[in-house]
Amino acid sequence: MPGPHPIRSRLVAALAGLWSFPAAADYALNLTAGVTSISREAYRLHMIVLWLCVGIAVVVFGAMLWAVVRHRKARGAIPAQFHDNTRLEIAWTAIPFLVLVALAVPATQALIAMEDTADADLTIKVTGQQWRWRYDYLNEGIGFFSTLDDKSAAAGRKNSGVDPRTVDHYLLAVDNPLVVPVGKKIRFLTTATDVIHSWWVPALGYKKDAIPGFINEIWARIDAPGTYRGQCAELCGVGHAMMPIVVVATSDADYQSWLAGMKATQAAAAAAATRAWSKDELMAKGQQVYNTMCIACHQPGGEGIPGVFKPLKGSAIATGPVAAHMDRVMNGVAGTAMQPFAKQLSDEDIAAVITFERNSWGNVAGDLVQPGQIKAARK
Amino acid sequence: MTELALHHAHEPPAGFTRWLFTTNHKDIGTLYLLFSLLMFIVGGSFAMVIRAELFQPGLQLVDALTFNQMTTMHALVMFFGAVMPAFVGLANWMIPLMIGAPDMALPRLNNWSFWILPFAFALLLSTLFMPGGGPAGGWTMYPPLMLQTGMAFPFVIFAIHLMGISSVMGAINIITTIFNMRAPGMHLRRLPLFVWTWLITAFLLVAAMPVLAGAVTMLLTDKYFGTSFFNAAGGGDPVMFQHVFWFFGHPEVYIMILPAFGIVSHIVPTFARKPLFGYESMIVAVMSIAFLSFIVWAHHMFTVGMPLAGELFFMYSTILIAVPTGVKVFNWVATMWRGALSFETPMLWALTFIVLFSIGGFSGLMLGLTPVDFQYQDTYFVVAHFHYVLVTGAVFAIVGGVYFWLPKWTGHNYDERLGKLHFWLSLISVNVLFFPQHFLGLAGMPRRIPDYAVQFADWNMISSLGGFVFGAAQLLFLYNVVRTIRGGAAATPQVWEGAQGLEWTLSSPPPYHSFTEPPIIP
Repeated sequence: MPGPHPIRSRLVAALAGLWSFPAAADYALNLTAGVTSISREAYRLHMIVLWLCVGIAVVVFGAMLWAVVRHRKARGAIPAQFHDNTRLEIAWTAIPFLVLVALAVPATQALIAMEDTADADLTIKVTGQQWRWRYDYLNEGIGFFSTLDDKSAAAGRKNSGVDPRTVDHYLLAVDNPLVVPVGKKIRFLTTATDVIHSWWVPALGYKKDAIPGFINEIWARIDAPGTYRGQCAELCGVGHAMMPIVVVATSDADYQSWLAGMKATQAAAAAAATRAWSKDELMAKGQQVYNTMCIACHQPGGEGIPGVFKPLKGSAIATGPVAAHMDRVMNGVAGTAMQPFAKQLSDEDIAAVITFERNSWGNVAGDLVQPGQIKAARK
Repeated sequence: MTELALHHAHEPPAGFTRWLFTTNHKDIGTLYLLFSLLMFIVGGSFAMVIRAELFQPGLQLVDALTFNQMTTMHALVMFFGAVMPAFVGLANWMIPLMIGAPDMALPRLNNWSFWILPFAFALLLSTLFMPGGGPAGGWTMYPPLMLQTGMAFPFVIFAIHLMGISSVMGAINIITTIFNMRAPGMHLRRLPLFVWTWLITAFLLVAAMPVLAGAVTMLLTDKYFGTSFFNAAGGGDPVMFQHVFWFFGHPEVYIMILPAFGIVSHIVPTFARKPLFGYESMIVAVMSIAFLSFIVWAHHMFTVGMPLAGELFFMYSTILIAVPTGVKVFNWVATMWRGALSFETPMLWALTFIVLFSIGGFSGLMLGLTPVDFQYQDTYFVVAHFHYVLVTGAVFAIVGGVYFWLPKWTGHNYDERLGKLHFWLSLISVNVLFFPQHFLGLAGMPRRIPDYAVQFADWNMISSLGGFVFGAAQLLFLYNVVRTIRGGAAATPQVWEGAQGLEWTLSSPPPYHSFTEPPIIP
């Protein structure tokens, strides 16, 4: 808490900020101008229509106020009896119409520019799912999940006892950010695997729904290096507030070295899938996968949410035959939030998380599941 | 004996059966209004839970699932339980009195339309206690998320069907009454504005509600009968639901505001002591708005990925609504111009309606511009927008209408000081509640989230404080209404110095059966 009266001092500052919009950015009062041509165009239109509305309001409410002050019975006003004036009525129908036409012209131009996704330098597929994003670099053959960071997730649990103000970028930080080069035209393809999500980074100037079974296209050419944060904007269930978006825009050289690093990491991971893992390795990896993929529904103690999300602690699946457990994790349950994770996770992730679930919270199945078993089960 | 029998025939029967079996438009109007007041309190208490949780970042009071149920139920209860029944209640009470009819055209249907509602809402509210909780996918019920609802799902669908049946029957009754029951000489071109706006609203209801019924039925078959209307894996389209839903949803928005235009068009001339400016242009404007409401639906879904031509069409048609809406506001201001204004409580609510509804209209114009809507969509800017048009629009007009007609209904004058206290508290707190939400949305806060990043903390706290005061202020309204029903200074038939129309020629309260012989229209 900065200072003894944070609300009051910030309120004063915010009200002061109202008088000069450029300064208002610090106090989060207005739309961001962003870092793309699209976001700047949206901001320009926003300011035009905002001031237009303020102007109309001053005229109309001014006339009302004049009547309220001057034409009151208490001042002895005698009511006139007029109730029509054709010329006036034509004027206040025609003039607003012309104003709207004037407004529609720049809006139409902006929209046409926004929808032009041709000639992109690179394409990234953005897939929403409950409750994380997946980014696939289609030209590079790499892809990864981007999940809310652990600190925010821990602080965001009900009555966590952690003050969100102490968490860096609370609810706006992820484990793996989307890294992109500045100055390149990036085409984003948005889709989803379960329910509808919406990919929104205000600094890029728009949001686009991610819809299961459909692919939407948008684009951005980011001017300035930096970290730009956003959130899922379409209600997608209990974790809706917990699927942020972090875009890191870097120079092309930094982007290329990041790409090389990612490719090496993913190749190493693929090699790891073929060897046998120890129990400790599986449990450690499993805990990590559980915390990012499973915990939102099944809860830290595996107890689930009664009536909504099933418990794992002591459950028939997690303590019974391993084949049924593998089937549940890999193929999911249709029509529920339990997804077919075979499509989303690697062999070793699935093996590890199943091992973890069978040997945690008092579950004592004792058996290990190896990446090879998952590979075989994929057929 | 005959004299006694006749006398009895004019009195309401005593006890509970009076209300259960009543076919009297005044009784049914009262039932609708009291039911609406109850639902206003229920829906308002859900809003209090929402604002309490959002008072500061982090989850303190409820979990995310409960929060999502609260946002969903708050909207469903306020739309279908509070605002719509309030307007139907006002229509039941006032339309026969305004057109010189002895009752509604279809009195038994009228009884049925009302008595469906308590059952519909008992069903809907009971889902909160079911395993897995009530609906949590938002009042818009978008699939596939809505299909993840637990046991509550079929109960919600059935409750919505019941509400739809009730609304459609109410609308049919209103249309029939207005077309067939007018006193001789009450030509359509002399019809009071409240009756006109309700006539147009009733047509919107008849056209729109069955579309909602169809949409939710398709959801039901998708969940239980193996259809794939909205399932892409089965060849369906999740976005089709949104198109069908908003084809209902946008007319629904105007169903909740057109009768408010009517109420304000009665209050302003009364307290300006001057005839309504532009009576005919008011009617044409309402008709234009009603027509446009059917061709603007996709502006609720600009971000789903429509073709450019679609985005342009819906942008143009949407911003066009500003023209007839502007005409209405200009007409009200011109009505006030060179009048002799006084500021009793109903007038205060009506004037505030004009200003604050216009602010909601301005943000509506902004939202209509597709390129910027890509930023505004699904943020608190939208939340601020629709609460300005629905709370300071529809609800303020209803409250103003209640103060305006309460002396007529009860025969007692309400406490003017208490009414003004209620007004000023509401006016200030509602702006503290909703105006900062514009800033939150522009700064990047999505709607329907139980927890938020810390840069949104200050405005959320201020908004919540406004919300608590606004909620508490409505208890004053409840107290004032109950007190006025129970007693108070006797009201004259005229009630207000400047009041015009047939309803003010009757005693206050009007006899149980009024206009049993058609009045003479001067």
